[in-house]
Amino acid sequence: MESTHVLLAVLVVIVLTIIFSYNRLVAMRNMADKAYSNIDTLLQKRFDLVPNLVNTVKGYMEHERELLEAITRARTEWLNASTIQENAGADQTAERALKSLFAVSENYPDLKANQNFMMLQEELVGIENKIAYARQRYNRTVMAINTAVQKFPTNLIARLFKFETREYFAVESERARSAPEINMQGGEDK
Amino acid sequence: MMDPIYGRIAANKRRTFFLFFLYAVLFALIGYFIGIYIGDIVVGIILAGLVFIVLFLISIYSGQNVVTRMAGAKEVSKQQEPYLYNTVEALSIAAGKPMPKIYIIETEVPNAFAAGRNPQNSIIAVTRGLMNRLNRQELEGVIAHEMAHINNYDVLLATVAIVLAGTIVFVSVIARRMMFFGGLGRGGRRSGQGQLIMIIVLIIVAILAPIFAQLLKFAISRQREYMADATAANFTGYPEGLASALEKITNQQVKDSPIENKALEGLYIVNPSLGARSGNRASVLFSTHPPAEERVKRLRAM
Repeated sequence: MESTHVLLAVLVVIVLTIIFSYNRLVAMRNMADKAYSNIDTLLQKRFDLVPNLVNTVKGYMEHERELLEAITRARTEWLNASTIQENAGADQTAERALKSLFAVSENYPDLKANQNFMMLQEELVGIENKIAYARQRYNRTVMAINTAVQKFPTNLIARLFKFETREYFAVESERARSAPEINMQGGEDK
Repeated sequence: MMDPIYGRIAANKRRTFFLFFLYAVLFALIGYFIGIYIGDIVVGIILAGLVFIVLFLISIYSGQNVVTRMAGAKEVSKQQEPYLYNTVEALSIAAGKPMPKIYIIETEVPNAFAAGRNPQNSIIAVTRGLMNRLNRQELEGVIAHEMAHINNYDVLLATVAIVLAGTIVFVSVIARRMMFFGGLGRGGRRSGQGQLIMIIVLIIVAILAPIFAQLLKFAISRQREYMADATAANFTGYPEGLASALEKITNQQVKDSPIENKALEGLYIVNPSLGARSGNRASVLFSTHPPAEERVKRLRAM
């Protein structure tokens, strides 16, 4: 009599733990999916602006052809990207190229005065910021998921229901570290 | 990191409920005395009950409109203010919350606040002076602080408290009027019952004023501001932005500020009546906000 009660209590605790952990994993997975689609939408928005930007800048910056090519290349890289790492790579190439472009644009007063360029710059710097925050949010949710998937006892439930660890939105560290440090003036003086 | 925030949200909802309960009791009391005054207690209580229900609905569903009107803030679109819009959108992404509506107050004194009932229905208001004086990192810090208030449901409690506290002032004004005119209308029983009611009304008015003040304090605790600063630093990953913004904002609050308003002062990121009483030791003791130097120190220690 006594032992059946104890057994029943243990069973109830186990079932509750499974339900709770499962729901938590599902919630975290949805959060990560949403955070990733946020990054995706923003990257789309940014690269949609690239042809317009290149057209606007082309006439003014005869000597910066390489820079413009780098930006266009980043867009192609992104269009062909399928994995998280490829996406992150394209994101980083574009971020660096755009930063250099806006830094260099300081030397072209005519360009700085161009209405269309000013609008594009504000929009692109804004998107850059949003991507940075979207990336940060995604990586935090990934960290939470990976911790849950690896820690006991959620790792058992994760294995049972096929929850897997996820990849961070980042390029391999060596490449990231070699990124040149460029001071961006655009957003500072606002 | 997650748990203290969830505790915070639950506490804010609990306090909002308690606030409504307190007001319900208060209104029942007022209804009771009005009932005695007009000769029918049931009618009095029903009247007060109706007024309470209306106030309840207004403060919950339209609280942010009342607050923005009190502050003289106007809603702006992305086309009008792309820089501000982009900054707010970035922080709403960082917080993983829907985009709040954006309002601007046309004054040169830098300040900002948030209001609303939940993250889906909330607003952020900043003054023109704030946008003109802060750089991007600093503005992000301020917006992140306001997003933190929205995220933690501080806005629900603060908005409801302001709307309800505003009506208490209104009620006490009416009560005072009743004292002046109450004696005139009634005939024979004036000397007895009329006198008594006047005394009771006086007592209520005397009690209401400190309650009103206390409730605002209750809603806007210092702990809440530290918490929002910490959450903001977590959102941006750059505490220095907010720290430097707080210093700038605090130094530029002026005497007779156009945004100074007793009911709203606790809502702003930095108390706007700071300029009027700088150097006063008591102001630190009774302030709704912790001193800015302390907030800056804590942010820089992160």
